[in-house]
Amino acid sequence: MDANSDSHEGTRTGVATNIVDAVVAVCVVIMGAVVIFGSQKLGSGWTSDGPGSGYFPFYIGLILSISGAGIFLQALFGKNKNTEIFVDREQIGRVLSVLLPAVVYVAAIQFIGIYVASFIYITLFMIVLGKYSWIKSFMVATVVNVLFFMMFEVWFKVPLFKGKFDLLSGLGF
Amino acid sequence: MEELNSLFQGFAVILTPMNILLMLVGIVLGVLIGVLPGLGGANGVAILLPLTFTMPPTSAIIMLSCIYWGALFGGAITSILFNIPGEPWSVATTFDGYPLAQQGRAGEALTAAFTSSFVGALVAVVMITFMAPLVAKFALKFGPPEFFSVYLLTFCSFVGMGKGSPFKILASMTIGFALAAVGMDTVTGQLRLTFGFHELMRGFDFLIAVIGLFGIGEILLSMEEGLAFSGKSAKIDPKVVFETWKKLPSYWATSLRSSLIGIWMGITPGGATPASFMSYGIAKKLSKTGNKFGTGQLEGVIAPETAAHAAGTSALLPMLALGIPGSPTAAVLLGGLLIWGLQPGPLLFVEQKDFVWGLIASMYLGNLVGLIVVLTTVPLFASILRIPFSIIAPVIIVICAIGAYTVHNAMLDIWFMLVFGAIGYLFKKLDYPLAPLVLALVLGDKAEDSFRQAMLVSQGELSIMFSNGLVGSITSLALILLFWPLISKLLNRIRPAKVDEFAAVRGAD
Repeated sequence: MDANSDSHEGTRTGVATNIVDAVVAVCVVIMGAVVIFGSQKLGSGWTSDGPGSGYFPFYIGLILSISGAGIFLQALFGKNKNTEIFVDREQIGRVLSVLLPAVVYVAAIQFIGIYVASFIYITLFMIVLGKYSWIKSFMVATVVNVLFFMMFEVWFKVPLFKGKFDLLSGLGF
Repeated sequence: MEELNSLFQGFAVILTPMNILLMLVGIVLGVLIGVLPGLGGANGVAILLPLTFTMPPTSAIIMLSCIYWGALFGGAITSILFNIPGEPWSVATTFDGYPLAQQGRAGEALTAAFTSSFVGALVAVVMITFMAPLVAKFALKFGPPEFFSVYLLTFCSFVGMGKGSPFKILASMTIGFALAAVGMDTVTGQLRLTFGFHELMRGFDFLIAVIGLFGIGEILLSMEEGLAFSGKSAKIDPKVVFETWKKLPSYWATSLRSSLIGIWMGITPGGATPASFMSYGIAKKLSKTGNKFGTGQLEGVIAPETAAHAAGTSALLPMLALGIPGSPTAAVLLGGLLIWGLQPGPLLFVEQKDFVWGLIASMYLGNLVGLIVVLTTVPLFASILRIPFSIIAPVIIVICAIGAYTVHNAMLDIWFMLVFGAIGYLFKKLDYPLAPLVLALVLGDKAEDSFRQAMLVSQGELSIMFSNGLVGSITSLALILLFWPLISKLLNRIRPAKVDEFAAVRGAD
């Protein structure tokens, strides 16, 4: 799926796709190197009772590094390198407007548990990004969370994470 | 016929009111998952897997496989009515499906899509019924080198049959293997690649990877495009259905051809997505009205849908008979088998007869139930897509977080899911295929075990991979596929290059 090919040409500014490709390729090579390093410490050779723990991961790391290097070369010096813009300002803004709240949401789960965090997350998401009224957002978030609560805690008896500060402890679940 | 006997026993196993109910629930959930962006077959099943831990395995697999069939059906609804493929394998369906809907023939297109999905699945299930026991019986003779050569073949065929950069396929695959190696070494019990973090002892669970890569990644991608759904309305009345059914038999050749393409691509891990494109391309070339493809031809809906469903179904054959899944969703189902305490592979057909034949029987019934459900409830599901994305997106992220947490009841997994989501977004944009990563993560430990056992037997001689005709020919085939990108380049240099019909199709599902 190539999301770059459509809409607003000309006005878009940003990093070229092949540069991003090359940067990711460098990360792949680094990951490969880390795997090689880690497996050599484990013993990537032949031990008294067969191949050591690091034997298989060593070659995996090797292939990983080589393919990373291949991607890097293809991205920078390949014949049909993709120099289109990777994401423009508007697109990255929309992506971050989902990703950053999601990070905050997961952090919130750690403290106040899945149900309360989800309730706040859905409400705020609808108000801030969806421009819905307080009442509507509140209603949707309540319905969704009550549904999940019933499904997991009551019907299927799968307890979910309540967080460090269990605000729902009064409910007895 | 031994198979038919077993099959009827299977029907006897599944025909309880509870199982039929689970089947219906599964289909409805599946269609819902297939319609919603960000929830697909693989991560939908992954999220719902923890709910089945307490069920008996047969009921659990019936529900989960029905979710899968539902998702396969559901993808067609969004592509035809909204021109948005809900699943990667329904991209090819939009080419002719959406034009048909624009002409006001949405009912016809949907009926054709659902019916041909059903036909594709049926052909594939019949194939599984008779082939799977044979393959399993054959595979009972396999030793470690044979199993490793089959693993090798699985992964090499990603390289040989995938589109796009072979380096990216290799990288994606080895990332999967590397992540699979993290944690406890299954042979020596040593901790590997944890770098002192004892939280990593459990390793990376592929279910988390699936939920992050396919779920969160997809949401981020949809968000980037700033989705605003504007769809055609659909009404399916019995008259349209019967009139479309009358037309369908004249396309029997297309259906049959597409089913065969789908079966082939499903067993080898090509997957449903390339199968649907290939089938569409070939139908376009061979059809009398081929030049009208893309303007709203029924045949252009039938071809990709039949192939996608046939591929999706037959991906379960290697999963059942060899313990090697042919697609990410099959991999998730395989993960389920392990959790329920069943060992997938050839012995399953001997030790767990009820389970295997119950599953196969449920494929027949599930697809029939699915066809009826989707034909009757299309307007309902189409209306779900009219719910604005700013409501759906946070709810799906919440569902993914819950799904990730319930796998191991570990908070850390939710963070991993988020990281995998960001990686999934990046990789999809850069055309890294995700299926090899997931399959490598699932099969990593088993592939490594069989490799190490084989090496122990041979005392480190790689020549054991060619020690007899069987293992030698599988290994050679794997190596040919691995170097296929190079070989085909050489061949092209010798012969004048042909125009590549499928150059536009990149990556597997």
